[in-house]
Amino acid sequence: MISLWISFVEALESLSANKLRSALTILGIVIGVAAVIALVSVGRGAQSTITDSIQGIGTNLLFVFSGGTTDDVRNAKPLTMGDAEAISDPFTAPSVAGVAPVLQGSAEVTFGGEGSVTTVSGVTPGYAAVRNLKISEGEFISEEHMLGRASVVLLGPETAENLFGRKEGLVGETVRVEGQPFRVIGVLESRGGSTFGSQDDLMLVPLSTAQTRLIRRGSRDRIDILLVQAASPREVPQASEEVAQILRTRHRTEIGADDFTIFTQQDFLNTASTITNVLTIFLGGIAAISLLVGGIGIMNIMLVSVSERTREIGLRKALGAHKRDILIQFLTESSVLSLIGGLIGIALGWTFSYFVGRIANAYDAPINPSIGLDVVLLATLFSTAVGLFFGLYPANRAANLEPVEALRYE
Amino acid sequence: MENQVIIADNLTKVYKMGDVEVHALRGLSLQISQGEVIAIMGPSGSGKSTLMNIIGCLDRPTSGEYYLDGERVSAIKDDQLATIRNQKVGFVFQSFNLLPRTTALANVELPLRYAGLNRGRKDRAMAALEAVGLADRIDHRPNELSGGQQQRVAIARALVNEPAIILADEPTGNLDTKSGKEIIELLLALNRERGTTLIIVTHAPDVAEQTQRIIRIRDGVVEET
Repeated sequence: MISLWISFVEALESLSANKLRSALTILGIVIGVAAVIALVSVGRGAQSTITDSIQGIGTNLLFVFSGGTTDDVRNAKPLTMGDAEAISDPFTAPSVAGVAPVLQGSAEVTFGGEGSVTTVSGVTPGYAAVRNLKISEGEFISEEHMLGRASVVLLGPETAENLFGRKEGLVGETVRVEGQPFRVIGVLESRGGSTFGSQDDLMLVPLSTAQTRLIRRGSRDRIDILLVQAASPREVPQASEEVAQILRTRHRTEIGADDFTIFTQQDFLNTASTITNVLTIFLGGIAAISLLVGGIGIMNIMLVSVSERTREIGLRKALGAHKRDILIQFLTESSVLSLIGGLIGIALGWTFSYFVGRIANAYDAPINPSIGLDVVLLATLFSTAVGLFFGLYPANRAANLEPVEALRYE
Repeated sequence: MENQVIIADNLTKVYKMGDVEVHALRGLSLQISQGEVIAIMGPSGSGKSTLMNIIGCLDRPTSGEYYLDGERVSAIKDDQLATIRNQKVGFVFQSFNLLPRTTALANVELPLRYAGLNRGRKDRAMAALEAVGLADRIDHRPNELSGGQQQRVAIARALVNEPAIILADEPTGNLDTKSGKEIIELLLALNRERGTTLIIVTHAPDVAEQTQRIIRIRDGVVEET
């Protein structure tokens, strides 16, 4: 232990004898480690942002769209209210806890002089439970609103902010949607931003109102998306199967030619994390190449250092240094070089990813770079290993110098 | 015969320079007793350096037998050779060969470190520096010391492991006359006080005159006088 410490100190001394050169040699490792840390942590931050926002969509959710996944399906039947009612039958679909048909479009909403175009969804009273929505003030759409095709609207917090400049005290106000007056009956709680756009900039109107006044489809009965809530996360696959069975029967599709697509939240999560994982590994791999280049820089400088210090090596051997002593001396030097580079690189990478996070947040893409201990350890170990590996050849060359020739070397 | 610290018997050394074989030593024999002060002289190309390297265990003879302090060193491995150099030989070089940027004390400690000695290392190094009269310069680096002082540090380093022989290669070659004289006096004093065998390789006749015996080398053999 003591001798290890001494060789460490000695390595530091001899490296500091040539400060500029050591600093330049370290630079390669610094950049390599910083790049690995920054890219991997930003990648991870992006990944957790994406998965968080997918999870924020709601738990146990299934999304049913019209249209098949293969080219064989032509003339896909649209989803209808009838489909929604059939799926909500507890006898044919016991794993389904709730169904929310949605008609989705965009509409211009104005209040006073302020106006914007935003997403408008026609929803049923069950939508709030299925999407796990919370209301900060007012009330949700009721059965009466549905039956009366009432001109009422719930505003997302961002939409409210855009129109009124505030999020409270809006119940009873009247806004114009596509020119028609709608009474505000409530404001939704914020759900935060998402990678796929804000979840807070939206309007909800009764489905029946949307069908008749705002979003006209070919047939009145038609809906765009069926949100299905499974009774529990474990029953999601089962619910998916039940929904598929019902829709197959109702649409009279051929086997293997479903004219609808069911997405579970898990599907989204899996797809998203596969993509982000590939990206993170890809970026980390590119950064690792620069670490390798840095290692070659170390080897180069260590070779120069060995030939410069041939006399010193000869002297040490004359004084009784074994091959092993010389080997350890030079390996320590190259490892210390790369270790210092690694430490500076970690600090730099951390700083860099912090600023990337700040910039991303400033542009409304909340990425919180997460620097895991594993990445830091890995980068430190990897950089030291690079130093050891690329130091091995020069150190071996030093250790095998003949003392007589090394002493005579000018 | 048991007093012989160095026994060299019929040493030869052949260097291969491409296709040409150079015979540096051609059957050289010599014996040096414990406590002797010897000067080795000879023109350049005489094989003097080769002999010095073999005596100092830096190199091995091509053939012949060499015993240092009772150990047969003519045919052992590199790492064992390093141990023998560390334990039995103290080197003093013409150009001092101190580690730059390293204090006098650390320089003197170096052989003890390679001997694997951890405890008491500092004390022994201090004692050696005291013996050469540099007790007040232990924290100075070589570039803060005069040539004579640097050579004293080198001598302290040579004797710190209490070697069987001290091998000085032109120890006064890089010094002015006055400090050269002081260095030789120091070496002779150490020989008197400690009985360390002293072998000085030199060109200077006035240095050689102060020794007990002069061995002259010519054409790879000892020239009888």
